[in-house]
Amino acid sequence: MVVAVVDYGAGNLRNVCKALEHVGASVTLTSDPRALEQAGRIVLPGVGAFADCLHGLQSRGLFEPLRDLALAGKPLLGICVGMQLLMSVGEEMGEWPGLDLIPGRVARFQFQDTPSHQRLKVPHIGWNQIIPKQDHPLIAGVKPGSYAYFVHSFHPLVSDPTHAVAVTDYGYEFPSVIARDNVWGIQFHPEKSQDTGLAMLENFVRF
Amino acid sequence: MLAKRIIPCFDVANGRVVKGVHFVNLRDAGDPVEQARVYNDERADELVFLDIMASHENRGTTIEMARRVADEVFIPFTIGGGVRAPEDFRELLLAGADKVSINSAAVRNPNLIREAAWRFGAQCVVVAIDARRVTPAERLEGLEPAPVPSAKFHPGESLWRVYLNGGRVPTDLDAVAWAIEAERLGAGEILLTSMDTDGTQDGYDLPLLRAISSAVSIPVIASGGAGKLEHFYDAIEAGASAVLAASVFHYKTFRVGEVKQYLAGRGVPVRM
Repeated sequence: MVVAVVDYGAGNLRNVCKALEHVGASVTLTSDPRALEQAGRIVLPGVGAFADCLHGLQSRGLFEPLRDLALAGKPLLGICVGMQLLMSVGEEMGEWPGLDLIPGRVARFQFQDTPSHQRLKVPHIGWNQIIPKQDHPLIAGVKPGSYAYFVHSFHPLVSDPTHAVAVTDYGYEFPSVIARDNVWGIQFHPEKSQDTGLAMLENFVRF
Repeated sequence: MLAKRIIPCFDVANGRVVKGVHFVNLRDAGDPVEQARVYNDERADELVFLDIMASHENRGTTIEMARRVADEVFIPFTIGGGVRAPEDFRELLLAGADKVSINSAAVRNPNLIREAAWRFGAQCVVVAIDARRVTPAERLEGLEPAPVPSAKFHPGESLWRVYLNGGRVPTDLDAVAWAIEAERLGAGEILLTSMDTDGTQDGYDLPLLRAISSAVSIPVIASGGAGKLEHFYDAIEAGASAVLAASVFHYKTFRVGEVKQYLAGRGVPVRM
């Protein structure tokens, strides 16, 4: 299976590519919309700020093609900020339009209602648990409560609860695995989450 | 719930794992990638590689090592040793490292913490602090000056002094105040080694750990002194978010899994 990893200047993509190769994908790192069209699957990685990633997509002329391909049914997996870009609106340093493939917004962790001594640290960094909310091919074989590696300050809020495949508890539950039809997203780093993350990447590649 | 992390640490030199006590009697202990794979299979949560011979001439070797580890081990790892500039961060992160640890470079140029955090995010900036309890007998030849007044050592008040170069070079920095300053400048994590307990296997330095983890809100990794299973628990009780050890894992006193079983049995959240 040829998997295109979208290269739009968003930092280190090497780890994502290596993990995909490890689970048997044939990986093309590309910023060419035609290569995205030819690939069987697309992975949209991302680190850094929502707006920077959005501009990276736009300046390379990838925003519209990516959206069109996803709407036409091409399997698309967003990882970390790549997952956040799938949403309608990002709220990091302003309000930014996302790809709007999964309705909802991306908000910062909010702990104002928590007493200050119990307030959790942001960014949320480390190994935390995946709590499935429904059966989905992306989490097939992943045991409830499996740990995955997170590094983020913002998280998605899905408008339609059926788009939350799994949640994670950090002060409160937020969607950590989301999906709508052929568009899937993972908030943590599957490429750094050992067997759990690799199993999910393999599920995406093989599905 | 966020898991407490168990972190095996490797000393590396010229791209090979080395074992020795306090930088002497170093001997070759294998290929870092093979060793990393062993700990990966034992379900270590992270790995730390400290290049103890790091110099600018062998940066290439370290970067190549990061690349090889990243190709085969799908857990986060930190690389430290010889990092002096934001460019060093960039190279190691692009090679696949998740975090970069800085020690003397941060003391000599605290702005490096700020600049690296700004450019690459606080999550990848680990400030390593080697601290030693103040004693009347301490010898202070070649004292490294405090780079920031707020973290200056106060005789009669300060309890721990920051040392560089594996404990050989004293500084005019108070360890607790330096940790606070490092957080303020943008450090994402503190890797705290007690020069008093390091190598003793008598347990982590709990008073030091308590003092620093209560003074900062970023995670503190406890290092130096693990010898028994309860030492790991004691460090977490004292405020550590993660516990690092080298010899007990390398000499197979315990497997990573045994430490996790033990901690889980005492109610600590760990990734099994």
